[in-house]
Amino acid sequence: MEPIIKIEHLSKEFKLKDTTVTALNDVCLDINGGDIYGIIGMSGAGKSTLVRCLNFLERPTGGKVYIDGRDLSELSERELREERKSIGMIFQHFNLLMQRNVIDNVCFPMEIAGMKKAEARRKAMEYLQIVGLEEKAKAYPAQLSGGQKQRVAIARVLASDPKILLCDEATSALDPQTTKSILQLLKEINQQYGITIVVITHEMAVVQEICSHVAIIDHGSLAEHGTVEQIFQAPKSREAKRLIYQGYEKVTEMKGRRCVRIVFSENSSFEPVIANMVLAFKLPVNILYANTRNLDGVAKGEMILQLPEDRAAGDKMIAHLKAARLSVEELIDYVG
Amino acid sequence: MWDKAVIMMIIEGIGETLYMTLISTLLGYVFGLPLGVLLTVTDKDGIRPNAAVYKVLDTISNIFRSIPFLILLILIQPMTRAIVGRSYGSTAMIVPLTVAAIPYIARMVESSLKEVDHGVIEAAQSMGASNMEIVLKVLITEARTSLIVNATIVTGTILGYSAMAGTVGAGGLGDIAIRYGYYRYQADIMVVTVVILVLLVQIMQGIGMMLSRRFDRRRA
Repeated sequence: MEPIIKIEHLSKEFKLKDTTVTALNDVCLDINGGDIYGIIGMSGAGKSTLVRCLNFLERPTGGKVYIDGRDLSELSERELREERKSIGMIFQHFNLLMQRNVIDNVCFPMEIAGMKKAEARRKAMEYLQIVGLEEKAKAYPAQLSGGQKQRVAIARVLASDPKILLCDEATSALDPQTTKSILQLLKEINQQYGITIVVITHEMAVVQEICSHVAIIDHGSLAEHGTVEQIFQAPKSREAKRLIYQGYEKVTEMKGRRCVRIVFSENSSFEPVIANMVLAFKLPVNILYANTRNLDGVAKGEMILQLPEDRAAGDKMIAHLKAARLSVEELIDYVG
Repeated sequence: MWDKAVIMMIIEGIGETLYMTLISTLLGYVFGLPLGVLLTVTDKDGIRPNAAVYKVLDTISNIFRSIPFLILLILIQPMTRAIVGRSYGSTAMIVPLTVAAIPYIARMVESSLKEVDHGVIEAAQSMGASNMEIVLKVLITEARTSLIVNATIVTGTILGYSAMAGTVGAGGLGDIAIRYGYYRYQADIMVVTVVILVLLVQIMQGIGMMLSRRFDRRRA
């Protein structure tokens, strides 16, 4: 299947007075239709630049972006504007027109598309229903809460009937509860309308909540990418590990000891693996951390164990855990 | 001395002052608004950066703004004569007043439009809006409150200029104040015209503020 978004050797440099800043460096990524693709990284890693290269709000200085097989760099200004109508975007600060009321904000993209006013308003009400804000049609953005503003922005995006939706830190200005409800709404939109969603975030929790795939951006380069499950079970790059181990503050105190991180999938949680291992080896292990995370609707258990001092025994234990078909990795290069 | 003739003269003066001020401001906006838009759009953070165009417009508007109004008035007298046919009287004064207003208005418009949140412009771009649509439907609409407030300030300034033009026979309240108060030592007439000028500015300010509030939807 042809990916809906194909990024090839994408680079973006910004020329400042006397220096050149490389925001993106040779990024290659395929995003398939229907995915919810997370792009995660620290602030300044280049993820916002990356998402702006997907609709050419920023023109890349190198490489190509294909949307549905069309090379964006070959489009004229007019063709590019047409293409953008099928690529919606929502933002951290919502970016609503403050002098227009809710329904007129939703009408805006239809106005640009040249739709008749009456029809646009009728459709706008439908979109407001989808996001659950039909009662606020006449309100102005200043009268709405952050979550409501983002819902209006989502209704406005739906109004241009996009095939792709880019979310630039769309929940970063919202409280955890509102974040959850907005993410839920995005997921529904993805499932009901088949819109491919690209989620830019610095929060692993957001990726875990809704994404099927994730790419990790570090200093402008793609550090790692794959399904959320793969990355969560066995992060390879340093940046991926850092993001996944964000919650392990306490473990850093045990730095220098030999620790492993194990991830339980659904089937392995029925067996008392750790208890059985301790009985089998007659050696204690120290449980430093245990948690269950919700990965795209599936519960995943994770645990950090401190192994016995004896190296050989530790190796055997790792082999034992692997034999139980758990995902196991040593936290040797984890330094908090 | 407060006979009918003087009262008529003052009423006529008010009329001339308003005529010069409002027509010049209006004409000023006809040219200054597009110029302000161009300055905003071609600036390096604008939606269509063009360093050459920006630099030229920027320099021209700075030059014209730095010439004192009275000097400008005299400098462009040949142009005034060419357009209106004479260089004195209220209609003739509309020419220098408009010329003085244009760069000032362009700057005011530029500063209003630059207040518009860049994110909103970006959102419109992401929806495939053209630059023209962004100017009309985003920049001017979102900045309207600030544009109205600034138009009020502009009108007040032009009113002040029109009074200054009184010294060279522009007609209007400034002319009366100078002729009677300064040349004939009739301070009472001067005081009256000054009070009327103050009232006019106050009224315009009041109307401007009311309009800007009425059109502002940003408050909860």
